[in-house]
Amino acid sequence: MDFTFSDEQTMFAQAAATLFGETCTPDHWRRMMQTDTAFDAARWAQIAENGFTTLLLPESAGGLGLTELDFALIAQAAGYVALPEPLVESAGIAAPMLAALAPGHPLLADPAVIIAIAPACNPVVAHADVAHALLLERDGHAFLATPDQVTLTPVATIDPLRRLFRVDWDPDHAVDLGLADWAQALDRAALFAAAQGIGLAQRAVDLAVAYAKDRTQFGKPIGSYQAVKHHLASAQVAIEFARPVVIAAAAQIGQRDIFAQARVSHAKIVALEAADNAARASIQVHGAMGYSWEVDVHLFLKRALALTNSWGTPAFHRARVGARLFTRLAGPDQTFAQDPLFENEA
Amino acid sequence: MHLAYTPEQQAFRAEVRAWMQAHVPAHPLEHYDASRAGFEAHRAWEATLKSGEWGMVTWPHEYGGRGLDLIQWLIFEEEYYRAGAPGRVNQNGIFLLGPTLMEFGTHAQKQRFLPPMASGEEIWAQAWSEPQAGSDLAGVRATARRDGDDYVLNGHKIWSSRAVFADWAFGLFREPGSERHKGMSLIFFPLTAPGVTRNPIRKINGHVGFAEVLLEDVRVPAFNRLGDEGQGWHICMATAGFERGLMLRSPARYQVAAAALADLWRTRGNSADPALEADVVRAFMNAEAYALNIYQTASRLMAGAKIGPEASTNKIFWSEMDIHLNQTALAILGAEAELLPEPGVHDWLDDFIFSLAGPIYAGSNEIQRNIIAERMLGLPR
Repeated sequence: MDFTFSDEQTMFAQAAATLFGETCTPDHWRRMMQTDTAFDAARWAQIAENGFTTLLLPESAGGLGLTELDFALIAQAAGYVALPEPLVESAGIAAPMLAALAPGHPLLADPAVIIAIAPACNPVVAHADVAHALLLERDGHAFLATPDQVTLTPVATIDPLRRLFRVDWDPDHAVDLGLADWAQALDRAALFAAAQGIGLAQRAVDLAVAYAKDRTQFGKPIGSYQAVKHHLASAQVAIEFARPVVIAAAAQIGQRDIFAQARVSHAKIVALEAADNAARASIQVHGAMGYSWEVDVHLFLKRALALTNSWGTPAFHRARVGARLFTRLAGPDQTFAQDPLFENEA
Repeated sequence: MHLAYTPEQQAFRAEVRAWMQAHVPAHPLEHYDASRAGFEAHRAWEATLKSGEWGMVTWPHEYGGRGLDLIQWLIFEEEYYRAGAPGRVNQNGIFLLGPTLMEFGTHAQKQRFLPPMASGEEIWAQAWSEPQAGSDLAGVRATARRDGDDYVLNGHKIWSSRAVFADWAFGLFREPGSERHKGMSLIFFPLTAPGVTRNPIRKINGHVGFAEVLLEDVRVPAFNRLGDEGQGWHICMATAGFERGLMLRSPARYQVAAAALADLWRTRGNSADPALEADVVRAFMNAEAYALNIYQTASRLMAGAKIGPEASTNKIFWSEMDIHLNQTALAILGAEAELLPEPGVHDWLDDFIFSLAGPIYAGSNEIQRNIIAERMLGLPR
């Protein structure tokens, strides 16, 4: 039993946090919103150069062959800056699915490739406008299409840095890759949404802490008042008890059993609740400033809202936790249980 | 990262499970706060635990332990709660004072106090609070006047858990004339010493779980002072950190309760009430999250980390999840929730009443939120 990160995991996550922190700044978000863009090609190139896009791909497909845990730490860092680029969707979900279905596919040779993914559970597709290809679900099959084979209709959305599209397509004008493991895609997507949620939550708290130290009322920083302190302390408590669930889910997702699925679902529910709590507390602590476009907290609120409901609503994920609770043993000796019927991929 | 037990850890679990199956009383003991008989029955259980060398498994052998690591401690606790073993009447000693003695005590003090603590021969109460010093503990007024090799203690302690029946207490006393955080020492005194008066206080469940303790010229040897003279505040904070952080409420307690709640939902629940089912699932998730947090903390401590202000988040989380869990059980019981249960039936009502103390004892949750805000987030005082 070991619940600590390896030095390599810590270093990789730190490298991602540094790259994102330096390039994805408040000034940068605003410039992107002013110019009505949601994709920075220079940053995407750096992300690819650093190996973050090939991290989950098997070595046989030119990847680093690392695990969902490694990627979850990167996703957490992406959440901390509300990263606009589709790192999670493309490199965390779509590319590994393509690599599983078509190991030698030429798209995988380019670390900067962007693949959008359209599971049946999501009515809209994120970042489809910048994708080089799309993976689309029909009857359990995955179809691969190029942008010119589909019709994209932009959908107005609340998050200015997350573009959404309806996709009209015809299976006759796409490549049928066969039955795909959409359940695995959903688990990965839910896990990485949860990991982003932890980052979103922590940033919302950190923004509020910085503001509460600076802003004075009644002659003192507002952060010295208990009413303000307690909002932020409660938000931090929610983070502290979501983060270990996300990490455990990332470490156990390879089990592919009802226990791992329930843990992933648990992680998605509580991490995005923590993000929503933290963003709302942060808006409240910022007062009228928090309700303004000028203060960046709204970006974290909106991303949390988007991730809460994509790749399975909270009700869907709660039902998966319930399925584990009501059909398997529960109790203190079952925290790390595995279903013997399922093969352990690890 | 490897979230599975080693064969050695699995073998250890089997060993604890077998021992518990053979030794845990078939019928629940009367609560240790309910009567002298209940208290002594729990002392006898501590002696039984000692006979299996299970008194305090993380302590070194020479002090009555097994020298086990924190993961083994968690496994022990899991099997302990799974078996429905009696509550630990000496929790103030083994979980709070014990770890502090281990860190700040002299070898002679450890030899004197730890083995009878691990065996339940000496059961401990805490004596922090005073009528005018609750959350503001630095307002303690009880005094320790040095007289040769002795201290002479005077003062009025209150809300002392277990003090009605316990043998010893530890508390904060200040040098006469000293102020606030300075001049305080952590001193042990026998609750049977001349000059000690204990007045039981009934809790809202009717038990005499705590007491006020009046000290009038109580003479104890200076040997009974933990750490240096005047170091009491510092030591007290270290004790509190451990209390909130790891040992006082082990996750197994809530995981067993969450599993019992799921059983209650299966047998008594109304499937037409999805909101209530969501609460049952929520209680399970909370207990799991707490367990995962503690496993992570244990792993970090074993890798050399120190427990910090994040300990305060634990205390808030377990105390609030406990109330939610028991409220959910009462909601499932519906119109029968207010009825006292037959003997031998899970007493959700008493668990609920007890859970209401959680946000108050061991430092109120308001104080914990201040600690998180100031020491973890860095907000100004």
